[in-house]
Amino acid sequence: MAGKLHFSLVSPERELFSGEVDQVDAPGTEGDFGVLAGHAPFMTTLKSGRVKVMDGGRVLAFDVEGGFADVTPEGLTILAEQAVEAAV
Amino acid sequence: MASLKEMRDQIKSVQSTQKITRAMQMVAAAKMRRATEAAQNARPYAQRMATVIANLAAGVSGDGAPKLLVGTGRQDRHLVVVTSSDRGLAGGFNSSIIRAARDRINALLAEGKDVKILTVGKKARDQLRRLFADRFVASFEAGVPGLASAQPVADKISELFEAGQVDVVTLAFSRYKSVVVQTPTLTQLIPAQVEGAAATIDLKGAAYEYEPDEEAILETLLPRNLTVQVLSALLENQAGFYAAQMAAMDNATRNAGDMIAALNLKKNRTRQAQITKELIEIISGAEAL
Repeated sequence: MAGKLHFSLVSPERELFSGEVDQVDAPGTEGDFGVLAGHAPFMTTLKSGRVKVMDGGRVLAFDVEGGFADVTPEGLTILAEQAVEAAV
Repeated sequence: MASLKEMRDQIKSVQSTQKITRAMQMVAAAKMRRATEAAQNARPYAQRMATVIANLAAGVSGDGAPKLLVGTGRQDRHLVVVTSSDRGLAGGFNSSIIRAARDRINALLAEGKDVKILTVGKKARDQLRRLFADRFVASFEAGVPGLASAQPVADKISELFEAGQVDVVTLAFSRYKSVVVQTPTLTQLIPAQVEGAAATIDLKGAAYEYEPDEEAILETLLPRNLTVQVLSALLENQAGFYAAQMAAMDNATRNAGDMIAALNLKKNRTRQAQITKELIEIISGAEAL
């Protein structure tokens, strides 16, 4: 696997997650998608759903409601309108 | 000269004032910690949002660009959004925001522009209404800053803009720099200002992909950005307000302390003078016998 992906999840109230991970799955309005390190620049709106963060054997999940995902060479940023950490 | 009893009453009154100011200072300190945290937690979102918009704005141009980003092409009708706190007792906090806003409004009027005013917070409403009552379009209470209180403000702004009643929207609030420094700040909301520094994400030659297309994303993102900017202004204000209140109440407590010391000195002098006078009376009475 080529390096790690920098991922941050922020809601208007606070930053819920920021760090290096292996993979992130997110619910785009036009279909769910997964992001690995080195993904092409990509931006999409999000629908309500679950964002899954995978790092090694560890899996985190967040329930998000609307927002945007922005993939740049620097990493993935999700701007959620609302987000809460959820049980996996 | 005031009698001893009057002086004692005065000291007691200043002491109870001091108790109140000290309590207010401690409450403000506790609330400030929470408000500062909230303001700082909200910053990453606003910053990322600015970066994303800057990236998008670089790719969109021409007639298709949303009006929220490029404006109406006119600069004649201004809306000034002034945010303050609901309460006072915070030194010059509200007055400095209002002064900055008033200067801007007067400058715009002097240029012959049409100016409308929207206020958030009772202090801004009360003070600006005296000067510009006929220019008010709406006023909101500041309340507890959160999405719930920022959304109606942002909705009203976009409603006015969509209805074609304003061309430029400016937001006045106090930026929280530190406990002792809060700077009254005016920022332009519409047309959205793209920060030059934020716009430099290197795509390393790759092209951005958009889902759905760029304009659809911008159209949902820009109103969102409006709300976020209003929200962060409210949060910054809240933190600044408590910091200013804490400083004001700290001053008041110290002033009350000085006043109590001065009054005590005066009281003791009066008491001694009275005792001396009584002694002289007794002694000269005894000598007369």
